[in-house]
Amino acid sequence: MTRTQGKPSGVENQGENLLTVSGVDVEYPLKGFRRKPFRALTDINIHIKQGETLGLVGESGSGKTTLGRAILGLAPISRGSVVFEGNDITQAGRKQRRSLGRDLQVVFQDPYTSLNPSLQIGDILAEPLGVQGKSPDAARKRVRELLDQVGLPSDAINRLPREFSGGQRQRVAIARALALSPKLIVCDEPVSALDLSTQAVVLDLFLQIQRDTGVSYLFVSHDLDVVRHISHRVAVMYHGEIVEQGTSEQVTRDPQHPYTQRLLLASPVPDPDRQAKRRNDRHELLAAQRLTAAVTA
Amino acid sequence: MSQTVELTGQTGTVVRSSVVKKIVKNPLGLLALAILAVMVGLAVFANFLAPFDENFANIGKTLAAPGGENLLGTDSVGRDVWSRLVFGARTTLLSALLCAAVAIAIGLPAGLIGGYYGGKFDAAANWVTNVLMSLPGIIVLLTVRAAMGPSVWISMVAFGILISPGYFRLTRTAVQSVRNELYVDAARVAGLSDAAIISRHIFSVVRAPIIIQTSMICGVAIAIQSGLEFLGLGDPTVATWGVMLNEGFKNVYLNPLLLVWPAAAIGLTIGALVLLGNAIRDALEDADKIKAPKRGTGAAGAAERVRPAQGASGSAVETGTEHHLVKVSHLGVGYPQADGSVKKVVDDVSFHVDRGEVLGIVGESGSGKSQTAFSILGLLPEAARIVAGSIQFDGKYTVAPTDDRVSQTRLSEFRGKRISYIPQEPMSNLDPAFTIGHQLVTPMVRVLKISKAEAKERALKLLDDVGIRFPEKTFNAYPHEVSGGMAQRVLIAGAISCEPDLIIADEPTTALDVTVQADVLDLIRDLQKRLNVGVILVTHNFGVVADLCDRVAVMQNGRLVEDGPVREILRNPKDPYTRKLLGSMLEGKEPMTMLVSTGAPAAKPEDEKEAVL
Amino acid sequence: MLNFILKRVGAGVVVLAAISFFTYILLYFSSTNIARNILGEYASQEQVAAKEIELGLDQPLLTRFFDWARHAITGDFGTSWFNSESVVQAITTRLPITLTLVVVSIVCIAVVATLLGMAAAVKRGWIDRLVQGAAVVGDAIPNFVLGIILVTIFAIQLQLFPATSSIAPDSGANAWVLSMTLPVIALVINGVTSSAQQIRSAVIKQLEKDYVRTLRSRGISEREILFKHVLRSAAPAGLTVLSLQFVGMLGGVVIIEQIFALPGMGALAVQSTTMGDIPLVMGVVLYTVIIVIIVNLLVDLINGWLNPKVRVS
Repeated sequence: MTRTQGKPSGVENQGENLLTVSGVDVEYPLKGFRRKPFRALTDINIHIKQGETLGLVGESGSGKTTLGRAILGLAPISRGSVVFEGNDITQAGRKQRRSLGRDLQVVFQDPYTSLNPSLQIGDILAEPLGVQGKSPDAARKRVRELLDQVGLPSDAINRLPREFSGGQRQRVAIARALALSPKLIVCDEPVSALDLSTQAVVLDLFLQIQRDTGVSYLFVSHDLDVVRHISHRVAVMYHGEIVEQGTSEQVTRDPQHPYTQRLLLASPVPDPDRQAKRRNDRHELLAAQRLTAAVTA
Repeated sequence: MSQTVELTGQTGTVVRSSVVKKIVKNPLGLLALAILAVMVGLAVFANFLAPFDENFANIGKTLAAPGGENLLGTDSVGRDVWSRLVFGARTTLLSALLCAAVAIAIGLPAGLIGGYYGGKFDAAANWVTNVLMSLPGIIVLLTVRAAMGPSVWISMVAFGILISPGYFRLTRTAVQSVRNELYVDAARVAGLSDAAIISRHIFSVVRAPIIIQTSMICGVAIAIQSGLEFLGLGDPTVATWGVMLNEGFKNVYLNPLLLVWPAAAIGLTIGALVLLGNAIRDALEDADKIKAPKRGTGAAGAAERVRPAQGASGSAVETGTEHHLVKVSHLGVGYPQADGSVKKVVDDVSFHVDRGEVLGIVGESGSGKSQTAFSILGLLPEAARIVAGSIQFDGKYTVAPTDDRVSQTRLSEFRGKRISYIPQEPMSNLDPAFTIGHQLVTPMVRVLKISKAEAKERALKLLDDVGIRFPEKTFNAYPHEVSGGMAQRVLIAGAISCEPDLIIADEPTTALDVTVQADVLDLIRDLQKRLNVGVILVTHNFGVVADLCDRVAVMQNGRLVEDGPVREILRNPKDPYTRKLLGSMLEGKEPMTMLVSTGAPAAKPEDEKEAVL
Repeated sequence: MLNFILKRVGAGVVVLAAISFFTYILLYFSSTNIARNILGEYASQEQVAAKEIELGLDQPLLTRFFDWARHAITGDFGTSWFNSESVVQAITTRLPITLTLVVVSIVCIAVVATLLGMAAAVKRGWIDRLVQGAAVVGDAIPNFVLGIILVTIFAIQLQLFPATSSIAPDSGANAWVLSMTLPVIALVINGVTSSAQQIRSAVIKQLEKDYVRTLRSRGISEREILFKHVLRSAAPAGLTVLSLQFVGMLGGVVIIEQIFALPGMGALAVQSTTMGDIPLVMGVVLYTVIIVIIVNLLVDLINGWLNPKVRVS
């Protein structure tokens, strides 16, 4: 059914992996007496090394966002394990999460709802620092560094989120994630709500930060182009499962799973003649897949 | 943790002071504050302001007319009306506050806990709420009075309990709306405790609605309390406005004036509380409404905005006299502002479309591309004004050069008949209360004047045409029973149902998954070829443009910066903005390389663009 | 459908039982001097004790409650402690007056408030300002104060209506209408001003929906969009407003009936609670709550009919 590049993670290289997710299921209990819970993820196996970016691509409802949330402790894991830096964090409690907050951070999709509209930028950025017990003075200093690092003016400290554009807000969200110099940032569709030119600038920022700090990313996106651009390796999700996983080059040049093949040819290219060809290829692929499906059925 | 608290407080004051300023600036708000200040003054200084004790009765001087030592006259047992009114203010206001305090003390914590944690507590609290809300207040208060005696304070405590569901629901809804906000998730990831999350992120959301609700609730409490006392069920030894009303009503034949004072006091106080509540609400809404667009951060591109015209006008299209299906000439669209200026969102835009031709309008959010499309459809928001230019459809003006709005009568001749529309968001563009079939049939019956049976037959055929596998089943389905991609096909079927000459598609595939987008693009292309219609395709995606369009117009900040045949624009863009947009495309780029900047983290291009806005 | 109704009726019965129990507990504390009150000041100690035993006041709370409940389930609410009138009869002779008042008022409010609210939402301009201004004035003047003003001006000063309208069985329909007019006006004006404003916001919210724009683009007339689509989607919000009005009015009507001297449930409620006539109080409370439960069920059913999503689930 699936081709998993290399060996199953967690068996070997455990020491090198920053994050190892093995055999994870996520289930949401449904309302009502004795109803079967809704299973959002089935048997997920991924791993991420230090300084590496794993791109996670899939359509809406495929479970890619849920996987990110499960790693962060925001979705209920019913089976399997999540190991971060050698520690099992599958069912981490509040206290463990607090110390985990230093090394594991998040950037969400929507820059409009991921920042509390009534807090000033300085307060938003100081929040994770305060939790880790930094003094207000040290926090202020760190906030200035962060603003500089993401290319925002230092007078942003006393301004409210609504005074900033989408792209600038996403910089604030990135700065918040960077505040404690984490080892892994879960990026949940961080550029999908942005305009094309802003998206390019923010992607540059992500790459620059990785070069400067060696941070790892789990980069979730519906856009194969974005994932290919920023990832070392790519995992493809479909109906709550990972159907294909490999290096960025392999998955985006020579996809094996029928869904990945369709996905690759569905995204239109900005040239009429090349797009006409891609359209043709896609129609041929669909015809071929229908034929295979008919034969196997 | 102390630092967090301090910061929250600091922000709170900043916001609050500006709101207070706005309330004072609002004449009605100021009036309300003035009235309430007078009432509170009366209550606080009652001992000095009242010449007599509230119960001092001068039997020799009953029902005296106003004047002399009895400023407002005396009642039927010779008590001074003014003194009673002043002491009444004290009791009335205090009891209203007591009622609100009890209601808040119960409703607020319950709402916070129920809204944040949900679960069993929430279910139980909800049940109690439903029970309390279906109890008629006065009947309950009568029962309480029967059990506990005629005390103002006890009945107000009971009423406070009775209306606590109001606070519970308000708080719970507010909390639920932010509980799953991403910034709360971010706080959880940062390791904040629940208590810290509630006090820091959630309480600030409920604070304002609670204040508004409290001002309303105080008014209701005064009304109910006066009503009870009017029934003669109050404490006869305490002077209150309700008791005075009762007293006045007994003597209505002798001295109706006795009714006027307490009635006026009640009306003024409740009115002031209501006005104050409204003023606070207006002030808060104002803060959100005015500031957001002004700073150029209109959420999700809803508020279009424009940069003041800089340099050469970009209009590259000839606007001669030749006949086109639709011809837009030097169009300007603007929104009048509070200060009298007009904020232009579309500025000097000209283009044309012919039958059988697809024009793409490309731009980022805020470029004015959707506003341009809606001008042609005549579906601009109420507040929008045409500030310049004209639009012709098939040689007839739908916007004449002197019009400041789109003429709905002239457009109704075309809209739905010869011009049709495919929206962006498939689900929200179907009425959830009607079946898909109904929403397809009705326009055909109205526009084509055909019978329902005939329209149904056509609708089934259309559903089949747009690639829906079981037309009959979809025809009978409600919108929430089909997928997003299906809903978009239904909307496309609706758009072609009356055989239009021009289809305006506003980001028709943006809300869809990439694979579904490809299918829908195929569908639009096939239909366009088969029906030979003109299409205006509004999009931000150059891939979609390459897939469908014959010609492209690129818009930036309300202006058309470049247009021409699709191959020319995509391969040899002349305008720097077009080049920048195309340069931001990821297709064909070397992975893991910088797209726009050269290494320095302070990426300037975006900031430059935004600084102007 | 039937399932849904049964479920709701079941829930209603639970609520009813809970309310009865709490009301009974509450009244239990008020019933210390009842026998003395009934017999008057000059009754002997023995007579009072005998009366207490007769009324069952010597029994513990729970025994009394379940005794009452056992009879109540069969529809027997007992007799008034003070005049030995059957509770059911006392209520059923007065209920029609109160219900007429409330139902006529709520129908008027529904029609007028819907029209005004829609007009304000669609036309804006002066009518919008009128509706919004009236809402403040209407909220500021409680309906009983309005009633007092109406009586003073139209009945006492101008003598256009009877001031104290007692409705005798032999009085003709004309007198009946005359005596009902002012109380209905007092209730309606207040209800209309607050409901119209809320219906206005509900309609505006619907008019801003995407699907309205799409309907316009399809060549559907404004009138059809408004009356068929927008009104239907705004109706649940309007119904909620009206059902809350209804509950509020069941209470508010108590005072209105006193002002206009109407012999409805209000008079009964005041009288029974002041005297501590427990069977009668329980009867009044239960009837009122039953009416509220029925109305809420009706509102839910209409909402289900209006909203296909609810209907399916």
